[in-house]
Amino acid sequence: MRVGVVVFPGSNCDRDCAHVLSLVGATPEFVWHRDTDLSHLGAVVLPGGFSYGDYLRCGAVAKISPVMSAVREFAAAGRPVIGICNGFQILVESELLPGALMRNESLSFQCKDVDLRVESTATAFTAGFEPGTELRLPIANAEGNYTIDERGLAELEEHGQVVLRYQNNPNGSVGDIAGISNRQGNVVGMMPHPERASESRLGNAVGRTFFESVLNFVS
Amino acid sequence: MDLREAAHEHGLTDQEYDHAVAILGREPTWTELGVLSVMWSEHCSYKSSRVHLKKFPTTGPQVVLGPGENAGAVDIGDGLAAVFKMESHNHPSFIEPYQGAATGVGGILRDVFTMGARPIASLNSLRFGAIDHPKTPHLFHGVVAGIAGYGNCVGVPTVGGEIYFDPCYNGNILVNVFTVGIARKDSIFLGVAAGVGTPVFYVGAGTGRDGIHGATMASEQFEEGSEEKRPTVQVGDPFREKLLIEACLELMQTGAIIGIQDMGAAGLTSSSVEMADRGKTGIRMDIDLVPKREEGMSAYEVLLSESQERMLIVIAEGQEDKVAQVFDKWELEWGRVGEVTDTRNFEIWQHGELVCNLPVSLLTSEAPVYDRPQARPARLRDEAATWPDLGPLDEALVRLLGSPNIGSRRLVYEQFDHQVGLGTVVLPGAGDAAVLRIPGEKRAIAIAVDCNSRFVYLDPRRGAQLAVAEVTRNISCTGAAAAGHHRLFEFR
Repeated sequence: MRVGVVVFPGSNCDRDCAHVLSLVGATPEFVWHRDTDLSHLGAVVLPGGFSYGDYLRCGAVAKISPVMSAVREFAAAGRPVIGICNGFQILVESELLPGALMRNESLSFQCKDVDLRVESTATAFTAGFEPGTELRLPIANAEGNYTIDERGLAELEEHGQVVLRYQNNPNGSVGDIAGISNRQGNVVGMMPHPERASESRLGNAVGRTFFESVLNFVS
Repeated sequence: MDLREAAHEHGLTDQEYDHAVAILGREPTWTELGVLSVMWSEHCSYKSSRVHLKKFPTTGPQVVLGPGENAGAVDIGDGLAAVFKMESHNHPSFIEPYQGAATGVGGILRDVFTMGARPIASLNSLRFGAIDHPKTPHLFHGVVAGIAGYGNCVGVPTVGGEIYFDPCYNGNILVNVFTVGIARKDSIFLGVAAGVGTPVFYVGAGTGRDGIHGATMASEQFEEGSEEKRPTVQVGDPFREKLLIEACLELMQTGAIIGIQDMGAAGLTSSSVEMADRGKTGIRMDIDLVPKREEGMSAYEVLLSESQERMLIVIAEGQEDKVAQVFDKWELEWGRVGEVTDTRNFEIWQHGELVCNLPVSLLTSEAPVYDRPQARPARLRDEAATWPDLGPLDEALVRLLGSPNIGSRRLVYEQFDHQVGLGTVVLPGAGDAAVLRIPGEKRAIAIAVDCNSRFVYLDPRRGAQLAVAEVTRNISCTGAAAAGHHRLFEFR
């Protein structure tokens, strides 16, 4: 299966995501930010990094890029899209997912492992987990503090859209939210980096399941 | 002001000025004076340290490239080389800690990727004043945030380092940054201007008025009021650096590049002069063709600007289109600014006038070299130090454990993205050295930086030996030396 990895100017986890996609048997394909044809792809990854420098609000410039119009159509057709870290920020800025990501409570960039719980397996990227699975993944961000108004939070909970929750909230996110999905479960956004935990050589391979799940979902 | 007086203000001595006039056979122009002063500054010419630096052992079977290029390279087997360099950014960081440290990272990254090596990791070695000195928190947090802000954005992991606090650094902090990259041994790019009539391209960010005379500043002693030098500190743009890395590595694949060099200290001047010097050629450039971000800049300002994220590239004739293709794609500025000549001169034009015409050799091999007087410092002539009274040893142990010099560095390394690139096998805090796997290979390299500065203060020779020994032990602890096919290297 061909999986698109979008490359915005400033993306820096694009090659990492492509590497892991190859490991799980997918064929990664880089999609330049000016490309608009995604029809041949089975899934799309919005990788981490600093799209367009993120000098404005994170993801605020990426949302008006040509590729994001195509990603909107791709997602609307029910096809799987995952945003990791900066990709998650881009998904909320693009309103493909609700809420917003603010500066961490510590006001610092944080690169460390966090303990998480899989809250929803009804998504294209978490179907391979057992519900309630506890896992450890790295985070690396300065704006990972997820926020949403009370009604929005209630809706997320009601529709099972909270995908990942921190066990020890590192950044002030409401509801300890680390990742969410849209109602259909084909669009997922998460701050932790599963691609950094997909090889035993690096000490942790639990992140592979996110990528394997979407391959099974599509086939 | 007469030129001699101006020369003084530019940091040149009477002797140096006379030396220049004697070789030129005339007085320099204003622009030439600026060029001379930066190229002869300690920062660019190493005029006082060169005689000592020559004593380093720089050859060996694994050395692919010793000193003289933008970075060194050692053979790591299977046709690959580790390309690495360490550089200080002390003065800028003391004046403006965030930007000073950030642009230090930017500069060292450029020195490595200009050789054709994709950077895979960075380290840093930091010295701050006493932890309770009023300036220390500002400097410490600014430097750490600057390294994080730049390194995290460009996507090169910062995987280790060391930090010490001591009152001797209250007025002069040390900020050293190190980057290593991996290149194919047979496709290392050099900073050389070869051929005659071959086009010279400027790529990256436009030139502004920032950092003019940064190199001269870095060579000065700090005194009261040095914070007022803020305008000579450059401002970094890590986003543009990331684009520059990708664009340069992409252009390198096309075979269009003859030589390439980062515009570091003394910017356009030192990069072009050094490239011509290595190529035994001359270089002619037109200031009107240089991409600028401010109006009405003089040749003097353009030549001495230290605006960041800029490279100079000599392109093979007939391949000029490739620069446009790659740099337009990455939305970076570029301009064909001149060509290589056979005159052995550094020739600069503006508005149709020749504003600078200096022999390249005057700025390089004929720059002054000094063997400064040496004397054993008085402190080392003192009688042997006596043990201080430590008091009860249990209390001394608690004081020791409370020392900021041996505390956990988690506060710092958690602010650095140390995992991007999927190469970091041994993470910060987990070992004495970081271990990085080589992309696409089943092998790894170990990197570390370490120095006990107090030992060096007390006995420079022994202290420096111990620093080499310590960092070597750091490397060995990871198993790098024992594994045989892993290649050990150490620095500093």
